[in-house]
Amino acid sequence: MKKILMAAAVSMAVASPAFSDDVKIGVILGYTGPIESLTPDMAAGAELAMKEVNDSGKFMNGMNVVSVRGDSTCIDAAAATSTAERLITSDGVSAIVGADCSGVTTAILQNVAMANGIVMISPSATSPALTTVEDDGLFFRTAPSDARQGKIVADILMERGFKTAAMTYTNNDYGKGLADSIAANYTAAGGTITISTPHEDGKADYNAEVGSLAQAGGDILIVAGYLDQGGRGIIQASLDNGAFDIFYMPDGMIGDSLPEAIGPALNGSIGDVPGTDSPGAATFETMASDAGFKAGPFAPESYDAAALIMMAMQKAGSTNSQDFKSHIESIANAPGEKIYPGELGKALDLIASGKDVDYVGASAVELVNGGESAGNYREIEVQNGKNVTVNFR
Amino acid sequence: MMTDLINALVLIANFILVPGLTYGSQLGLGALGITMIYSVLRFSNFAHGEMMSFGAMVTILMTWWMQSQGLTFGPLPTALFALPVGIIVTIGLTLTADRLVFRYYREIKAPPVTLLIVSMGLMFFLGGLIRFIIGPNDQKFFDGERFILKARDFKTMTGLSEGLAIKSTQGITVVLAVLMVSFLFWFLTYTRTGKSMRAYSNNEDLALLSGINPERVVMVTWIITAVLITLAGTLYGLDKSYKPFTYLSLLLPIFASAIVGGIGSPVGAILGGFVIAFSELFITFAYKRVLGYLLPEHLEPSGLMQLLTTDYKIALSFVILVLVLIIKPTGIAGGKTL
Repeated sequence: MKKILMAAAVSMAVASPAFSDDVKIGVILGYTGPIESLTPDMAAGAELAMKEVNDSGKFMNGMNVVSVRGDSTCIDAAAATSTAERLITSDGVSAIVGADCSGVTTAILQNVAMANGIVMISPSATSPALTTVEDDGLFFRTAPSDARQGKIVADILMERGFKTAAMTYTNNDYGKGLADSIAANYTAAGGTITISTPHEDGKADYNAEVGSLAQAGGDILIVAGYLDQGGRGIIQASLDNGAFDIFYMPDGMIGDSLPEAIGPALNGSIGDVPGTDSPGAATFETMASDAGFKAGPFAPESYDAAALIMMAMQKAGSTNSQDFKSHIESIANAPGEKIYPGELGKALDLIASGKDVDYVGASAVELVNGGESAGNYREIEVQNGKNVTVNFR
Repeated sequence: MMTDLINALVLIANFILVPGLTYGSQLGLGALGITMIYSVLRFSNFAHGEMMSFGAMVTILMTWWMQSQGLTFGPLPTALFALPVGIIVTIGLTLTADRLVFRYYREIKAPPVTLLIVSMGLMFFLGGLIRFIIGPNDQKFFDGERFILKARDFKTMTGLSEGLAIKSTQGITVVLAVLMVSFLFWFLTYTRTGKSMRAYSNNEDLALLSGINPERVVMVTWIITAVLITLAGTLYGLDKSYKPFTYLSLLLPIFASAIVGGIGSPVGAILGGFVIAFSELFITFAYKRVLGYLLPEHLEPSGLMQLLTTDYKIALSFVILVLVLIIKPTGIAGGKTL
């Protein structure tokens, strides 16, 4: 009942008429699909930044920011494209936080964002292909490229003494990109990948995949998939028939639902997720729990994506993407006063008075390579059924 | 030498036979429901996957309630005892859906394609309803003893180097599937209602002339389908996990099973389920270690010895489907043509 009421309240909020001096920002994430358990917190993160800016009353002489949510589905490029089309042409959003998964993000960027000249900042698209994609200076991401993650994975595995590994990845841009990067770095570091095989998400049964992974063998199984999807299916099936008992889980696999679903058998498995020990992360966690959601994976990045858009608008004095796109990198990087979560009002003041800011935010944003996060990672170990951060990298 | 042979067999049993038997039973139960609706109501019910999800959802809600009341059953999962409630509510759902949606199209004698599209509409509606009630996330409802036989215990017991694991859900799935299928065959063959259903399915006009009440036949069909649906949905959720999204993708292999076996034929549905399940496993399995046990040491293969990589697993059901439709369009057991 509570959920129905909440849903009604949300649809009311979406339906309420926007005032003429409202700025709309689209939040396009996969509210349905393989990462649907992560996206509510991500959207809440982005909207928390908007609320903070609205409450300060300092944005563009008192303009109000409104969030418009749209479903990317994470996997269906056609659906994501039409969602973005609708948000831009009929809702009139000025910028987009999103999308989430790499494939749909590329589709939206190339088919809609570039055609309409709209800035998009993805909190979670990590495919290396997005580094070099043609973007007219419109695309940024607060998540690091998986080219960097591959290095981190190789480092962690070698330090912990895993010399051979079997690997399976989700069969899409994200999985393939990450798997290639892990394989290249791991092999260069002296490790051996015994087999690298894709799996489809949302399948009924993963015994066939686990069968061939088990035959190839290895000290550890790297599962570059999604925690609510095939990734979990693979781990469960491997444990059930005794094929592997320790797993490496890259960022798409880190979330509370996985250890909860698998139980004690997952203890001792390791992984990594973008994250930082900067003070911003802790502040954001408190702010999130006060606002009634969890600072789950990519929620800090979502907050930062929304914050960057609004501050760049403030700096350009315009909500037109062509005017503010060039300011995003200078806001995110030094020089300037460091800005942490909860200080957006202060940042808006500084910008209005012509001073430089260096937005650090919840995920220690530092944009490199033409607009992607340099990448800070937390090394995760599952202990007593919880994802515990054991190290920062 | 003997141990090597046994090791190879255990390896195959662990990675192919046991999972294939379970998955095949789950597909078979699902395909049986498709076949029932197809032969009596004459349309392909695309809402089948979501109906399975619905049945499983009600069972889960009931399971949670029973667990909160401290009602558990030792080594058996509580969900088994919540099943009757799930079945009753799902019967209510299918009958309501028939009354509100399908009956109208039946009365105006709409072509099967119209009914198929209508069932897709119902599929989307149910998908939304389920997400409203239980949410899109994974739900855990399994309790009781997880394994009948653990891989490690098997190794210490037998001294073999390969393990064999049998999950209790795999045992339960196979046992319940056998019971359900036997009951269904008995019902269709020996009871008056079962016979009238077969008559109605064979020739609607003749059946009507001989005084069979069509609405009653339709009602009984939906009731039986609801039982199959709830059972298949719950067993699948128990064995893998319950997540609304996966039930949608379950629809494809289930339809493939029904058609490969011969749509309209109950035996075919079961056969089709096993054919799809085992072909996925046998053809994509890497035989490296099996051959390693069987062949003399110097012939041991260095590659994976895999016929097809698992990438082609999905395609495989469709290849079989196409082959069956070309060579024997009525399916293995000789059902109707589509």
